[in-house]
Amino acid sequence: MRFFVKYDFNIMCKTFLKEHLNALGISYALNSINELTITEDLSPEKEKALAEALQRYGISIENNQKTTLVERIKSAVDSMLRDHAHSSVKLSDYLAENLHYSYAHLSAVFSENTYSSIENYAILRRVDLVKEYLCNTNLTLTEIAFKLNYSSVAHLSGQFKKTTGLTPSTFQRIMKKKINHSQPN
Amino acid sequence: MSENPLNIVLADDDDDDRMLFSEAIDEIAIQTNLKLFNHGQELMDYLNTAGSNLPNLIFLDLNMPIKNGLQCLKEIRSNTALKDLCVAIYSTSSSEVDIEETFLNGANIYVNKPNNYSKLREAVEKVLQLNWQYHTSNLNKDTFLFRI
Repeated sequence: MRFFVKYDFNIMCKTFLKEHLNALGISYALNSINELTITEDLSPEKEKALAEALQRYGISIENNQKTTLVERIKSAVDSMLRDHAHSSVKLSDYLAENLHYSYAHLSAVFSENTYSSIENYAILRRVDLVKEYLCNTNLTLTEIAFKLNYSSVAHLSGQFKKTTGLTPSTFQRIMKKKINHSQPN
Repeated sequence: MSENPLNIVLADDDDDDRMLFSEAIDEIAIQTNLKLFNHGQELMDYLNTAGSNLPNLIFLDLNMPIKNGLQCLKEIRSNTALKDLCVAIYSTSSSEVDIEETFLNGANIYVNKPNNYSKLREAVEKVLQLNWQYHTSNLNKDTFLFRI
């Protein structure tokens, strides 16, 4: 018998961090899935224990300030796309306001560290959400376009094709076949 | 990140294609270490002994003697130590059947070998950028399909 499971990435990460931090008796505040504030003086032993506990799950603690900022930019882009798709705020204003840096600075740090740009990342992420809806829901392209605040279905299809090299329908067809094709592990 | 070069491997039986590819990748701003293999078996022998030193990205030609690209791809995806590697197919074939077949067997990116050098450079650069996103962003790896 084969089962398919669906993940809510946000809930998964938050629950996971909470459980592990509680287990180690660390007092903390979760700011986002990528950022937390430790509200006590962390002993080196506890810090090591935490790093080890997280490492097993492929989670690492970022120390480099610039890469940390890149992660915060990404996570702000994600939340803008997911939760504020319909707001009239521009991405550049949203980032500057939430991260307290000028957009020019954010954009420079991002490009310097990622070989890419914030705009490119945002497009890739938005297309990734389209993929998620295409695979996991029965929404039509029109409905997906509305949900992700594309101005039209044509705009969505165009951006999808330009970014992935595939049309949404080709992608959907391949993914359906791929699921049937993959051997159960 | 920017200070660590990306480890990249290419398996291709054509001498000229290997040479052009390594010239193109040298000209790109992204720091890379490139290893070249003449056919699929050479690549698989390397991967199977690489231990934790696995490449960040594999470019695979489809038509190669001894072991072709599709066979390599299937072996990579059925090996627990290798199955999460990012694989880009690098082929002259633009047949829809080939493209679909490689995606179904787990390819992440399909690149048509471009017919001129500047297009080749552009294509390789695009793949490297995507590959960076593959490794560092929370994008869904199961639906990570791109055709360039």
